[in-house]
Amino acid sequence: MTYIVKPKLRHPALPVNKLGFTHRDYEGTVSTLCAGCGHDSISAAIIQACFELAIEPHRVAKLSGIGCSSKTPTYFLGQSHGFNSVHGRMPSVLTGANMANKELIYLGVSGDGDSASIGLGQFVHCIRRGVNMVYICENNGVYGLTKGQFSATADKGSKSKGGASNMDTPLDLASMALMVGASFVGRSFSGDKEQMVPLIMAAMRHPGPCFIDIVSPCVAFNNHAGSTKAYDFVRAHNEAVNRLDIMEPRDPITVEYAPGTTEEVALHDGSSLRLAKLDANYDPSDRIMAMAYLQAKAARNELVTGLIYMDRHATDMHANLNTVDAPLNGLGEKELCPGTKALDAFNASHR
Amino acid sequence: MPPTDIKNPDYFHKVVDCQWACPAHTPVPEYIRMIAAGRYSDAYMVNWHSNVFPGVLGRTCDRPCEPACRRGRVEEVTGAPQPVAICRLKRVAADNKSDVKARMPRPAARKNGKRVALIGAGPASLTVARDLLPLGYTVVLYDGDAAAGGMMRTQIPKFRLPETVLDEEVDYILDLGPELRLGQKVNSLKGLLSEDYDAIFVGCGAPRGRELDIPGRKEAKANIHIGIDWLASVSFGHTDKIGKRVIVLGGGNTAMDCCRTSRRLGGDEVTVVVRSGFEEMKASPWEKEDAMHEGIPIHNFLVPKEFLHEDGKLTGVRFEKVKAERDAKGRRNLVPSGEPDTILQCDDVLVAVGQENAFPWIERDIGLEFDKWDMPQVDPATMQSTNPKVFFGGDAAFGPKNIIWAVAHGHDAAISIDLFCQGKPVGQRPPPTVNLSSQKMGIHEWSYDNDVSNDNRYKVPHAPIEKTLKNVKMEVELGFDVKQAFLEAQRCLNCDIQTVFDTPKCIECDACVDICPMDCITFTGNDEEAELRLHLSAPALHASQDLYISSALKTGRIMAKDEDLCLHCGLCAERCPTGAWDMQKFLLEAPKTGYACQHR
Ligand SMILES: Cc1cc2nc3c(=O)[nH]c(=O)nc-3n(C[C@H](O)[C@H](O)[C@H](O)COP(=O)(O)OP(=O)(O)OC[C@H]3O[C@@H](n4cnc5c(N)ncnc54)[C@H](O)[C@@H]3O)c2cc1C
Ligand SMILES: Cc1ncc(C[n+]2csc(CCOP(=O)(O)OP(=O)(O)O)c2C)c(N)n1
Ligand code: SF4
Ligand code: SF4
Ligand code: SF4
Ligand SMILES: [Mg+2]
Repeated sequence: MTYIVKPKLRHPALPVNKLGFTHRDYEGTVSTLCAGCGHDSISAAIIQACFELAIEPHRVAKLSGIGCSSKTPTYFLGQSHGFNSVHGRMPSVLTGANMANKELIYLGVSGDGDSASIGLGQFVHCIRRGVNMVYICENNGVYGLTKGQFSATADKGSKSKGGASNMDTPLDLASMALMVGASFVGRSFSGDKEQMVPLIMAAMRHPGPCFIDIVSPCVAFNNHAGSTKAYDFVRAHNEAVNRLDIMEPRDPITVEYAPGTTEEVALHDGSSLRLAKLDANYDPSDRIMAMAYLQAKAARNELVTGLIYMDRHATDMHANLNTVDAPLNGLGEKELCPGTKALDAFNASHR
Repeated sequence: MPPTDIKNPDYFHKVVDCQWACPAHTPVPEYIRMIAAGRYSDAYMVNWHSNVFPGVLGRTCDRPCEPACRRGRVEEVTGAPQPVAICRLKRVAADNKSDVKARMPRPAARKNGKRVALIGAGPASLTVARDLLPLGYTVVLYDGDAAAGGMMRTQIPKFRLPETVLDEEVDYILDLGPELRLGQKVNSLKGLLSEDYDAIFVGCGAPRGRELDIPGRKEAKANIHIGIDWLASVSFGHTDKIGKRVIVLGGGNTAMDCCRTSRRLGGDEVTVVVRSGFEEMKASPWEKEDAMHEGIPIHNFLVPKEFLHEDGKLTGVRFEKVKAERDAKGRRNLVPSGEPDTILQCDDVLVAVGQENAFPWIERDIGLEFDKWDMPQVDPATMQSTNPKVFFGGDAAFGPKNIIWAVAHGHDAAISIDLFCQGKPVGQRPPPTVNLSSQKMGIHEWSYDNDVSNDNRYKVPHAPIEKTLKNVKMEVELGFDVKQAFLEAQRCLNCDIQTVFDTPKCIECDACVDICPMDCITFTGNDEEAELRLHLSAPALHASQDLYISSALKTGRIMAKDEDLCLHCGLCAERCPTGAWDMQKFLLEAPKTGYACQHR
């Protein structure tokens, strides 16, 4: 926990985005998490992504459950809407909010305890309903806030700080998201902003249910030798399948890749996603293969990161439900209530 | 880039921009914190060790530290960036201290048998005297004037520097017991060399005002005065009035003192006329501001061509209008604009177009070489001339500068004289005293106030102009009160509290990168400096500001910190889980002989 307020002063040569904001304008209050917590780096990546996309802060709604991870929305996008809900219940609150006003960008922030234990049911249902959102799980393998009990994502054999081994089988949230219909799935590591930022940017532009699993070491309770979610372990076992770049239409090409190893994917707003393949055989548009690949690599103790899957023809809950174009919270009594005559006619048709 | 060698005292010294820029290397943030804590006497003594005249300098210093101050580079978001009012905070220490006599060095108990003559009793010589007297030297102080102080007494107007302030600080040195030969001008250096002195220091300043030889100068001479002679005459009380309409020729600080003094001695319409443009004027911005505030207009791009006179009485000055033009080589030249000449009427003219050295009393056959500009050849590090027994300092050494340079020269010359008198080579300079110590008091507690103030620079209050213009001795600036001083002191970024990085401890979690309000820190692949500067979290634009580079980390990357805009807020160290960053106070005392040796 840090006590002083982060000074307002900033680097005078900071770049500004289309809105005239610097990345500092996307900050929240100073973090109260443990110094060195991976979650803070994820907050910094979200700040950077929103800055680079020039997102208007009032167009974002941040929703979270309970946990250190779920506290983080206070530490970024201080000008945005936010709702810190109940343990494991972020997905249903987010679904409701999205149902009422589909015009906001929904950012769900959760932890592995929040999502894979108490909130597991909410997690899968929210995704299978196709809610248009970016769901980020800040995955540290423990319940950080309650002092480091193993969570459901802790790997079998991973050791607690006290030396006990976890004997339960881990849940892989990325695999589950693929299985239940996420149209965008990514995985990353809090220590790798170059990977995290474009992944978050791409997800924020994707019009469907996005899930990003970000391994995020808990420095206080899960960053020791024997833990599979520690900085050193993750760095040693990280297998990135691709590298992402978000390209604005006029961006000059700055990084050169060997021919045949990159792929341009048009995004619906005119920008494009450039994928540099690190594993030449990996195709992020093939869902079945992606699921098999994750399992195969996991069996070899390798952590697959990067863009795992993206459906280029994604749709969302509102399309599935065929809701009207206008956001529901903008409808007045006239649109919502057809009147007594219509009700009478409707009832009569069922008699 | 190779890893930074933080053991080299220059590295962290450079980060303390103000101290690095101060010719006497005053530990500025150290005394500013003391002022904030109400420890005025301590703050005074820190200054006194380094710059000898805190009360004088707190009112008159040219403040080379302020343009260097980091605060002036980081404030863009809160309005017009302004440095900390370092100079005026120094005055607060002097104004609010208690009696510090007991903390001053005492006259040496035993003489060491060496005799040193100091020529001139300005700030340069007085500094040499202060540094040598406690060591037991017999110091003989000559000055043609009747009181010690040099131009601090004869030139700087009393409304900027009250006599009592000067007397107090000159007396701290005279109390150490130099032999005074006041009112005694040295007319032959050869003669002095034949006396039994072990070393001689020349601190005679640059005493001659430059002439302006244009038609009418002789005929109207009764009303044309050389600025520095006239100011001295005012200071001695020989002159107490001037005509109603006064023209001051020149754009330096002497011109500003001339015009403001005239305003107080009967000049109702005082005008400053300068050859150059307003921006190019030599006077400090604040001096120009003060003059204009007193209703003195400044006319630019006018070159004096002729003094007009009638019956031997000055009536005005004719000026040619010029404009600035760049020549083929890109140099800026003043060329006639072609417009008709301008005539300004006046009763008196003050000529303040420059100051020159003059050494008619130094013989040229005593082994003391002069260069083609007729300046003595002086080694800038040792202040020794080509006659090994003779040392120079202050305005006499390299032409007119200012008080703080005179003090710095004095310290260096004193070291040399001490070495010389002991038969040691003067080139072997003693190193600075350096202390680097952690400021950590608790998890998020530091021994300094790391919370950065967002305030803009505070203005020093002035006495009402109706009063100050009536009395040539009334001080214009009132100085900060204690509350303003505290708020201004809080603007200081504590640049001496260094961010010290311990590579093996870093786990590369990025916490410091994420928290840093100034985007100073980057973890990246190593590269050449020019490349690295472009690829940091934020561009490192000021090449004179160093990059702090670590050795390779576990991932093979390095930590690169741009020192330029660091607020020394300590957030990086607070957020670091492993203590790889620590905030450590770097206290450097520039080498000095005498007083420093005594208290070590
Ligand atoms: C009008 C004016 C205003 C100034 N204002 C400022 C200011 O606000 N801030 C600032 O920092 N600087 C200011 N300066 C500059 C500053 O006064 C000088 O740079 C500084 O005093 C130089 O110190 P010094 O010890 O070299 O010599 P000086 O102060 O010039 O002292 C030299 C002394 O040597 C004596 N002397 C000369 N020849 C002989 C001899 N042959 N025998 C015996 N004695 C001799 C002189 O009488 C004099 O007392 C100002 C200068 C002028 C002219
Ligand atoms: C209904 C309910 N049950 C239990 C808790 C106690 N609790 C608080 S946080 C937490 C686990 C958080 O783990 P995770 O989501 O992984 O967050 P982390 O702190 O690790 O980021 C638990 C069990 C609670 N707050 N509410
Ligand atoms: S307990 Fe763990 S997860 Fe929670 S703030 Fe501390 S390091 Fe982060
Ligand atoms: S002290 Fe640390 S956090 Fe603060 S500005 Fe300097 S590098 Fe950044
Ligand atoms: S916070 Fe500390 S451990 Fe983390 S990257 Fe910075 S210096 Fe290294
Ligand atoms: Mg957790």
